[in-house]
Amino acid sequence: MTHTGSQPLVAPNLFEVCKVLTLAILTLVDVILDALGAAIPPLRAPLAGLSDFLFGGFVVTVLTWLIAMTVMLLWATLFNLLTVMWMERKFYSRLQDRYGIMVSIWSLPFWPFNRRDRPTHKGTGYLQNVADGVKLLQKENLTPASADAAMFHISPVLIASSTLMIFVALPWSSGFYVARLEFGLLFVLAAFSLAPLGILIAGWSANNKYTLVGGLRAAAMLMAYAIPMILAVIALTFSTGTLNLFEIVEQQERALFTIGPLSIPAWYLFGPQILGFVVFTVAIVAEMERIPFDIPEAEAELVEGWTTEYSGMRFGIVFGFKWLRMIAGAALIVILYLGGWNGPVFVNLDLGGVLVPILPEEVYFLAKVWILCLFFIWLSWSIPRIRIDQILQIGWKRLVPYALLAILIGAAARVVGL
Amino acid sequence: MPEFWINMGPQHPMTHGLWNMRVKVDGETIVDAEPEIGYLHRGYEKIMEVREFQKNVVLTDRLCYVSSITWSHAYCLAVEKMMGIEVPERGQWIRVLSLELQRVASHLMWLASYGPDLGLLTGLLWALRERELFLDLLQLLTGMRMNQNFPRVGGVRNDVPENFDAMCRRSVGYFLGKLDGYERIFHDSKVFLMRTQGVGKISAADAIDWGVTGPNLRACGINVDLRRLDPYEVYEEVDFEPQVWKGTDGGDSYARFICRFNELRESCRIILEVVEKMPTTGAYRIRQPRRAEGEGFAHTEDSRGEALFYVAGDGDDRPYRVKIRSPVFSTMAATPLLLRGNKLADVVAILGSVDVCVGEMDK
Repeated sequence: MTHTGSQPLVAPNLFEVCKVLTLAILTLVDVILDALGAAIPPLRAPLAGLSDFLFGGFVVTVLTWLIAMTVMLLWATLFNLLTVMWMERKFYSRLQDRYGIMVSIWSLPFWPFNRRDRPTHKGTGYLQNVADGVKLLQKENLTPASADAAMFHISPVLIASSTLMIFVALPWSSGFYVARLEFGLLFVLAAFSLAPLGILIAGWSANNKYTLVGGLRAAAMLMAYAIPMILAVIALTFSTGTLNLFEIVEQQERALFTIGPLSIPAWYLFGPQILGFVVFTVAIVAEMERIPFDIPEAEAELVEGWTTEYSGMRFGIVFGFKWLRMIAGAALIVILYLGGWNGPVFVNLDLGGVLVPILPEEVYFLAKVWILCLFFIWLSWSIPRIRIDQILQIGWKRLVPYALLAILIGAAARVVGL
Repeated sequence: MPEFWINMGPQHPMTHGLWNMRVKVDGETIVDAEPEIGYLHRGYEKIMEVREFQKNVVLTDRLCYVSSITWSHAYCLAVEKMMGIEVPERGQWIRVLSLELQRVASHLMWLASYGPDLGLLTGLLWALRERELFLDLLQLLTGMRMNQNFPRVGGVRNDVPENFDAMCRRSVGYFLGKLDGYERIFHDSKVFLMRTQGVGKISAADAIDWGVTGPNLRACGINVDLRRLDPYEVYEEVDFEPQVWKGTDGGDSYARFICRFNELRESCRIILEVVEKMPTTGAYRIRQPRRAEGEGFAHTEDSRGEALFYVAGDGDDRPYRVKIRSPVFSTMAATPLLLRGNKLADVVAILGSVDVCVGEMDK
């Protein structure tokens, strides 16, 4: 069967796309330098030397990396984070039979938007999270008097940076990535497990009983859920034979079987890995601290858990990054078990031999990630929170044995050749 | 980690009002607990001594603003017994109707706050949405959504509005259909059962010793309902079943939840029955004497347990002494018993299930 997969929009990869941008910037700089050299003759020679240095490989590469990382950062936070937060707030509001957030561009106080004939609070609410961020920026940043100030201030940085680290290795399509790592899966899981350390530090350093209990709960949960997660990944590697996220997705590109125009893709979900999928999903929900498992910040008994003492934008960071972790976790599940950026319908427009994607890979990937996020949101607003001892029991007594069983099944399937 | 005390209150998301639950924890396990009240003390019994009999109804409404009519009714009943007057039959029927409407509204408020206690915020919004139905009915009947000032010494303030029985039937019928949705979100949820079953257990003997009453005692499997044991108003003529936990393993949060939840259905049944049987004509209030002497004592089945009023008069137009027995106050004394040995997260699940109302507890 011929390869009919859709194409990435960012082709061939993010680095090459950003290189065009870098070269454009450098050309602009070069024009300015030329003009400067023409205006001031004594400077012509050193400026020409500077220009040669700028167009040398080193500066172009470093600058392109910086731009690529910035693009990924903005893509993850400004677009995905805001959208998923908006989706959550709007979705659970409708679940609870109310309108939810409504601040939109029509709510802005200045002229072109705020017109008398338009109601200011009947928008879609997309700008509500921006408004909340601006509000948090204006608030005072308090440090408790008896807190360990250095640790207290370091932990949001640790949480934020470790979460953003995930996106270095996390591809959004076969072209939209920052770094193509040979052991990308290992890197992502390692970065994922760093944040509970920051939570523990935050809980302990604030010198507050609520935060302390919350931080220790996070540590206990890390132990109980990181292990089944890794075990499920081990089970998966029996099928994939690699820890490279790109190769794992490529393996899921073929069709399992075809009925007429419809072809069922060979996702790892359909096969011996289904048990591993269940274990991995439950463990990821626990890792991202959403409601059935959000005991580190159980607001019913611990006020706001380990985030209690944070205020201002520091609170915004530790609170908002939960959604970023949710996006990363959902993306990881999609890559490992749900076929990554392979869609069930492969639509390319053939323009004289050039395949133009009508539905590029990024669209499929984003759709899967967002639908999975919606599933997690739906879950967390429909069931109560589980107690700490029950969570640890689920982790140790259910997930670990199931993960071991999944390894056994994975190995057996490998031997049989499934 | 050494044992340490954690203050759950007076300002804490768990507290349904201004009070403090101090718990001593060893890691996550509760070794001791200590309820602290007094943050909301308003000196009710003393204030009532300087106000005339009728004016006190306004105060008793605010004992528990979630369940105002049941409280002002208990007060009116005590004063009527002291004065030796009898409410006309139609007035008694209207009282039963308003009491049951208020009971449903109060239980829905409990259900609403029990959801977030377990981390289920959706339950809050849903139950409050349904509570609107009954607040609307109460508004039609009394003119107010809360603090209705409806029962009067000698009857009720006003007659039922026109076509009220049809409105009751429509709202209650709609609500009974909605209750099935709640069963799906609560009863059928494995997580909910995990959080409530076997948690916060108290034996029937302990519950009686500590003065626990109402739905919390019925959850221990003991059939006590003052509407049946010591019927007041026209409850004798109403056909209903007190909701008692049937099994042997009662007394936990789940049993309390089930008993209260079933009371929602039972109260709806009473409402439908009352609008059926209520006489359409007759007086709903008699004139009360201005001054009275003697003692009056009334205990009624409040939404949270046994509400008791003792009123003594010395021939003046205001009570000489008033004594209020709040069911939540007694239940609070038993909470260390409920809490010990459970986990920290269960504090909320247990205290939510006993339905705390700080207004009446801290009278």
